[in-house]
Amino acid sequence: MISSILVYGLVNSVILALIAIGFSLTFGISGVANFAYGGFYLLSGYLTWILLKYLGLPFIVAVFITIGAVGLLGFLIYWVILLRVRGIVLSEVIATFALGVGMLEFFRWKGFVTYEFTLPYFKKGMLLIADVPVDYQRLFIIAIGLALVLFLYIFTHHTRIGWSFRGIAQNERTAISLGIESDWTAALSLAFGSAMAAVAAISILPLGIISINMGYDVLLIAVAVGIVGGLESVPGILVASLILGYAQIITSMYISAEWMMVVYLAAIVLVLTIKPSGLFGKFKELEERV
Amino acid sequence: MTVRYRKERLDRGIKARCEDMFALSSYREILYLLLPRVLPVIALLCFPLLKGVVGLYWEKVLVITCAIALLSLSWDLMASVGLVSLGQALFFGAGAYLTGFLNKSLGWPYFLTIPFGTVGGALFCTFLLLPVLRLRGVYFAIVTLTLPLLFTRFIEASKILGGNAGISSLSPLPHLWFELYVPVLALLICLFSFRRLINEDYGLVLQGIRDNDLAVMSGAINIYKFKAQAVFIAGMAGAFAGAFMTHYYQFVGMPAFALDYSILPLTCAVLGGVGTFAGPTVGAFILVPLSEALRAFGTLRVVFYSAILIICVVGLPEGIFHYIQRKYHQFERMVEVG
Repeated sequence: MISSILVYGLVNSVILALIAIGFSLTFGISGVANFAYGGFYLLSGYLTWILLKYLGLPFIVAVFITIGAVGLLGFLIYWVILLRVRGIVLSEVIATFALGVGMLEFFRWKGFVTYEFTLPYFKKGMLLIADVPVDYQRLFIIAIGLALVLFLYIFTHHTRIGWSFRGIAQNERTAISLGIESDWTAALSLAFGSAMAAVAAISILPLGIISINMGYDVLLIAVAVGIVGGLESVPGILVASLILGYAQIITSMYISAEWMMVVYLAAIVLVLTIKPSGLFGKFKELEERV
Repeated sequence: MTVRYRKERLDRGIKARCEDMFALSSYREILYLLLPRVLPVIALLCFPLLKGVVGLYWEKVLVITCAIALLSLSWDLMASVGLVSLGQALFFGAGAYLTGFLNKSLGWPYFLTIPFGTVGGALFCTFLLLPVLRLRGVYFAIVTLTLPLLFTRFIEASKILGGNAGISSLSPLPHLWFELYVPVLALLICLFSFRRLINEDYGLVLQGIRDNDLAVMSGAINIYKFKAQAVFIAGMAGAFAGAFMTHYYQFVGMPAFALDYSILPLTCAVLGGVGTFAGPTVGAFILVPLSEALRAFGTLRVVFYSAILIICVVGLPEGIFHYIQRKYHQFERMVEVG
């Protein structure tokens, strides 16, 4: 019991972190709360599915095409839609929210809701860890999660684009005065966030059937982890996903699986009520939130 | 030599130097001011009388339109205080469930449950939102997006208030005329009282909080008190819609907290023009009948709302009503360029 809580809690936490990291990257850098995140997530799932089923592409090619295409879509959406409403929080939120809802409901209308919509496992089979059976896919998810965090760290600390990301995140005006293009950086951050949604979707979706409501859940997960951890702080996201991941698994084991979603939602409301800056948020964020 | 023209645009002379003061000197001018206010009211009051002509189906659409218009009015009032809500369904659902509970479990008749559902639902939402009223912008939007979903999941998981199945076979409304006229009257009262409210000193404080809350605070005004009052007033409009529709459908369940009741009022407000109250109403009277006409398309309708939302937010941030209002007060004519 304890060992299965430990193992599955860890898997669940990495899943949460993987989902949340794209959302909070975009928000942390450009200040755009990408409420279309759930839409991007499911779009990636369906795009991979279509590439695999209809075009018969090899898995690895389909994965890279999906990640590239969704990233590009994020980039374009910044230039076409968000650029015009940049800085007006209300309009940004409404535009991205509408975009996400529009995508999800479009898929629902097209009938992407049946049991045939599943993505393949990377590798079938399972392993025993401390007497708990874990399938390879979940191990892959942990590996991908760690790789993504490591990649992000190296990217933001050792490349020019990464530096400009951090510059814009720290102080937009100073960054502009040093010749960093604010719009390009923001568009790239949206592209990166969307591409990460695609990575998360491709690695997590094989665990179950792709369903539309998952799109809304993914948005909520991303928001919950971001809020609890303090948006834009990577350690905060990791700690928050550990807290929420374990809390969820413990809830589902000791109470019932139906209460799993309630954990996130209650966490969002409680954290915003009691400590709006999040666990790891800095004072700057506090000022913006309250 | 050809004669060249240019377009000249004049504000009407009747309009004095400020927005809401006029010097009237003739019946024409009185009509100029009154017609745009009185005609829609008369049209709304007459529409239920025409039920033989338009058919019962469209009368039912009128009821739904009024409910959505009330929700979008409540959205607009909250937006006037700077509280952007993505979850008007919270108010709707709170009013609806309270009414359903009072009617089913305590057996209260409709003329008690609807008022109690309205006030109680609004009070409940106000107390619920009280701790988060200090949040700004996106964060308040996130909380309001979360709360209706939280309640859905909570009711689903804990199986209280009928759980998944909801509460059905509630007592019906007494008469068709009651069904048709109560929402129309509620909408009119709500619309005109909100418009009055926002132009009073009280409303100025509310708008001040939206524009610069620190400045209002430095005027020794407790902004949280005002925000809470605004949420309560907005909540009453939303909860009334919920309470009424509960008896109208004789059912309350999960759909009361559904995303439809959040995104549709929002779309109406953005399409019609934020901040005028008449705008969201106009938006509702355009969108809801349109969406009824498109009922055959199923969930594609939501895609359609989303497209309208994006186009309006990006392309027409002003909204329909602001545009019409501006044009109504202007002459345009061609004059010769000398």
